[in-house]
Amino acid sequence: MTAPVVDATDLRIWYGTPRGPVRAVDGVSFSVGRGEILGLVGESGCGKSTLGRGLLGLLPEGAKMDGHLGFKGEDLLAMTPKERFQRRGRDLAMIFQEPLTRLNPLMRISEHFVETLRTHHPKMSAAEIENRSLEVLRLIGIPPSRWKSYPHEFSGGMRQRLMIALALVLRPAFVVADEPTTALDVLVEAQIIKILHDLRENFDTSLLLITHNLGIIAEACDRVAVMYAGKIVEIGDARTVFADPKHPYTRELLRSTITLATDGLHSIPGAPPDLVAPPTGCHFHPRCPDAMEVCRLREPAIRARGGGPVMVGSNDVACWAATPEGLTAGETAPLVREELSVADEA
Amino acid sequence: MPTKPEASTDSRAGTPSGDDPVLRVDDVGIHFALRGSGFARLLGRDTGVVRAVDGVSLDLQRGEVLGLVGESGSGKTTLGRALLGLVEATSGSITHHPGDGAPATDIAALHGRALRRHRTKLQMVFQDPHAALNPSMDIETAVGHPLVIHRRASGAELHERVVAALERVGLAPAEQFLAKYPSDLSGGQKQRAVLARAIILDPEVLVADEPVSMLDMSVRAKILQLMLDLKADLGLTYVYITHDLATAKFFCDRVAIMYLGKVVEIGPTAEIFANPRHPYTQALLKAIPDMDPTTVMGRDAPRGEIPDAARPPRGCSFHPRCPVARADCGWEPRDLKALVEQHWTRVPIADYERERALLGGLSDLDHSEHRAVVKPRGGSVADVGAVFDRIRDEKAGEPLWQGVTATRATADGLVFEFADATAVPLRPSGISEVACVRYPLAGDPAELGAEAGRQEHGPRQVVESPG
Amino acid sequence: MKILLAPFRNTTGMARWLLVSGLALVALFVVMAVFAPWLAPYGFAQNSVDGVKFEKLVPPGPGHPFGTNDLFYDVLSRVIWGSQTALVVVLLSVVLSALIGVPLGLLSGYVGGRTDRVLVLIMDALYAFPSLLLAIVFGFLLKSVLPSGVVAAALSLTVIYIPQYFRVVRNTAVSAREATYVEAARALGASNSTIMRRYLFSNVIQSVPVIGTLNAADAISTLAALGFLGLGIQPQEAAEWGFDLSRAMDDAASGIWWTGLFPGIAIVLLVTGLTLVGEGLNETVNPTLRKRRFSAVVLPPAAVPSGSATGSTTGAEGAAS
Repeated sequence: MTAPVVDATDLRIWYGTPRGPVRAVDGVSFSVGRGEILGLVGESGCGKSTLGRGLLGLLPEGAKMDGHLGFKGEDLLAMTPKERFQRRGRDLAMIFQEPLTRLNPLMRISEHFVETLRTHHPKMSAAEIENRSLEVLRLIGIPPSRWKSYPHEFSGGMRQRLMIALALVLRPAFVVADEPTTALDVLVEAQIIKILHDLRENFDTSLLLITHNLGIIAEACDRVAVMYAGKIVEIGDARTVFADPKHPYTRELLRSTITLATDGLHSIPGAPPDLVAPPTGCHFHPRCPDAMEVCRLREPAIRARGGGPVMVGSNDVACWAATPEGLTAGETAPLVREELSVADEA
Repeated sequence: MPTKPEASTDSRAGTPSGDDPVLRVDDVGIHFALRGSGFARLLGRDTGVVRAVDGVSLDLQRGEVLGLVGESGSGKTTLGRALLGLVEATSGSITHHPGDGAPATDIAALHGRALRRHRTKLQMVFQDPHAALNPSMDIETAVGHPLVIHRRASGAELHERVVAALERVGLAPAEQFLAKYPSDLSGGQKQRAVLARAIILDPEVLVADEPVSMLDMSVRAKILQLMLDLKADLGLTYVYITHDLATAKFFCDRVAIMYLGKVVEIGPTAEIFANPRHPYTQALLKAIPDMDPTTVMGRDAPRGEIPDAARPPRGCSFHPRCPVARADCGWEPRDLKALVEQHWTRVPIADYERERALLGGLSDLDHSEHRAVVKPRGGSVADVGAVFDRIRDEKAGEPLWQGVTATRATADGLVFEFADATAVPLRPSGISEVACVRYPLAGDPAELGAEAGRQEHGPRQVVESPG
Repeated sequence: MKILLAPFRNTTGMARWLLVSGLALVALFVVMAVFAPWLAPYGFAQNSVDGVKFEKLVPPGPGHPFGTNDLFYDVLSRVIWGSQTALVVVLLSVVLSALIGVPLGLLSGYVGGRTDRVLVLIMDALYAFPSLLLAIVFGFLLKSVLPSGVVAAALSLTVIYIPQYFRVVRNTAVSAREATYVEAARALGASNSTIMRRYLFSNVIQSVPVIGTLNAADAISTLAALGFLGLGIQPQEAAEWGFDLSRAMDDAASGIWWTGLFPGIAIVLLVTGLTLVGEGLNETVNPTLRKRRFSAVVLPPAAVPSGSATGSTTGAEGAAS
């Protein structure tokens, strides 16, 4: 198996606030292989956007990151800011959520591409810039006749394609897409997801797709990581996780999702925790239908589903109920807890 | 597990299938004038009109949940606001038939104080819970404010009614929430407060504009369940505006699909989803992502995007994107231009440069007349013809060519004649109504409509039940 | 009220320093103004005590810590009484201009249309005039009409500040009126005046305290300028620093420094104090200047929870025990 393009171990990203540090990302480990699409799914406040930005080093002032973050074998966190800056754009790219606000309304599309390419390849000729850009635009489905247009002359979906083209024109090895279709209509979303899905054929790019929409994950991703309160609770092959989710949160999330086949409403009681002072032990235990005594006391170990060692690319879950090997009887007793009051409902 | 109440056992005033409309929308049009360039305004030239809603007629039956489904630009939000009079209807009428026997009134004709008084019967729930509450009003004041505005209660009675409303929406114990400000609440709690504020006046109709699309998945179910409970308890009628077909299927009794200001299909929910007729409806259903990762990516979306509402396509607005369009759907020169641009995304850059030098920027195709003239900029008319032949050969089934009645080479350039467009109002087809030239089909309409739907729709998706 | 005081409480860092030092300076003058009758050794127009006339232009020394000026007045007393005048006039004018400018701005921003265009035109015209010139013109006009010089001065200052409140509140109102909660208020059936009072007002006045303090600073110096030009308040009516400065100009040539220095320092200190308060508030209220208050965070060494290791199989067993 080829080495992963990106691998993260025990990554933590904390912000300081007057109330105390916010543990936005609290010990996250994963890897993304070459040409692989990893979906990162979770609800608002789980830390997935922070993680995406942290991978590219786009965190705001005051946020601190530690752990191990490797890109093609190099340790990104050990680098100087300048070295990281050089890799940004060229090797690591990002696609944002709102395409309108990310394009400069005063610059033509051609000027956007010139700026992007010249930053990393200062010696490139104008003709070559145009050729390369038009190639990418062609693959994305934007007619070359729009080369000199302004961003406002494009519709929302076209602008998102432009953003994707801008991200890809440098042929990065790794792209983070942060909710790329949330602001778009469903028909346009289908087009964009198809483009992202086909990236690896055209560009051999690895993609981290961050979203709260499980349907997109099922469609386009090879592997999926489910995040809750700053931690990855389950990670593995998309088919396996969807067919047989081991973590109660993953199960509940799947059940709460309203699809065309839904005939009854299901929700998770309670609300996501405060990241300044998350619950002890497993962060999900106050809301978990399978909670046991040990869940309140100790954070669950990340273990491979169905036994075996935790390896890069394996299917892992962090849940005592799912992997109770080695626990005492007292620890596996169902958790006695106070009823979630109605006031705690989201 | 809470389930959707069955229509027959529900205790509501009147049944949705009966003819007891609480709102009758009659040929409503809502047009916005475009502010053109200063120069055009100076010359007094007409700068264009956006037909946000273009001739919509429907009845809202008492006690039902009617879904208005469409993408952005479909006009569903504008129509929803017009039902409350928040947006002025340029033409048509919106008649409210109150349940208590009071006389019917045309909301579109009301203004000022009369309109404001009417707002006690019709209320609205907004999409963004974070923006729908006044940041400087605490919850007690905000939720009770409708009663204050309409002088329905004050003092102790006001307090009691606010507490009752808060408890009803699940913000209990109410005392905990009275002094809080919106910034202290979560998204779901804010939406509950908005619902409390909407129901405190005991309205008849609630227009819900995407009430759950900005909430997380697990919270959506809670709010939708709350809305269902409120409907059952208070005998409300809902207009549910959304772009999410999955929640519409669960929540609504009838669904109206809107595209560019018109209703293109309307019918009972079960029928719309089992036998979608209009190609746009079919496309929307196919576009819903399949939750089963084992199926291969099947969503092929129709090409292009929703067009500019200020310059809608001729004939049927959906025809440029429709995979099964016919000759009389309203083909026009702009479609030809789009076709050439798509062709240019497929050919090598060198070919593009060559063809562009020949054809120019195609700006003379930017109109909706019956005839298009393509002048060669750097070559002969025969060259232009060759390019179009190539385009035609590339994609055999392209519907546009059916709409081209004649092609002639003249001294000016290559001339294309387009067929007339057939006007298409909403027509019954089976138990739905569709605005498409293809329906009703000859023979048994219900049967054939269903047949067509099933063929093009694709396999049903099933959520894998967890182990 | 809470909305107005909120910026005072939310300041941090540099902004807090500005605010605190500014407030300290302003407090000094407020104390002087309020307790003037007790603090000042003599009245502001007092040129004798017990029948004995003061000497003219006496340098600072016993009996007259700041000396006397050429009108036989005690300079220290003039400075202390002058703070009362300054603060009264400025408070009056700033409050009046806010009372006029804010509602007009709210109305104009919310209602739009022709009302808005007319009001904006008027306000822009006023704003385009150099403020001092405008104050002088009004000072001239009002002097003959009004008996009280203090009120006349206050009113001349009022007019020049109205446009500032108007503009800021109008612009905020124009964007706030598009907000969903305003539309929600209309959907509830609220009348326009209710919407403006209950829904828009508290949300558009966040900038008003900043403008108020900066206006006050400007007003002090404009008042002094008016007094300097002899258009303000007469010396018998009240003490006014600008007037004293104008008299002190001739003295400077003859080496008499105390008649000009002390009133001058008073002006500088008060204006500086008010400006510091204004800038300190501005840092907090103005979102573009405000830096995100993320404090530094120290990550504790990664606790190794049982088994949360990378690729280690023994971690899992280590959990049990």
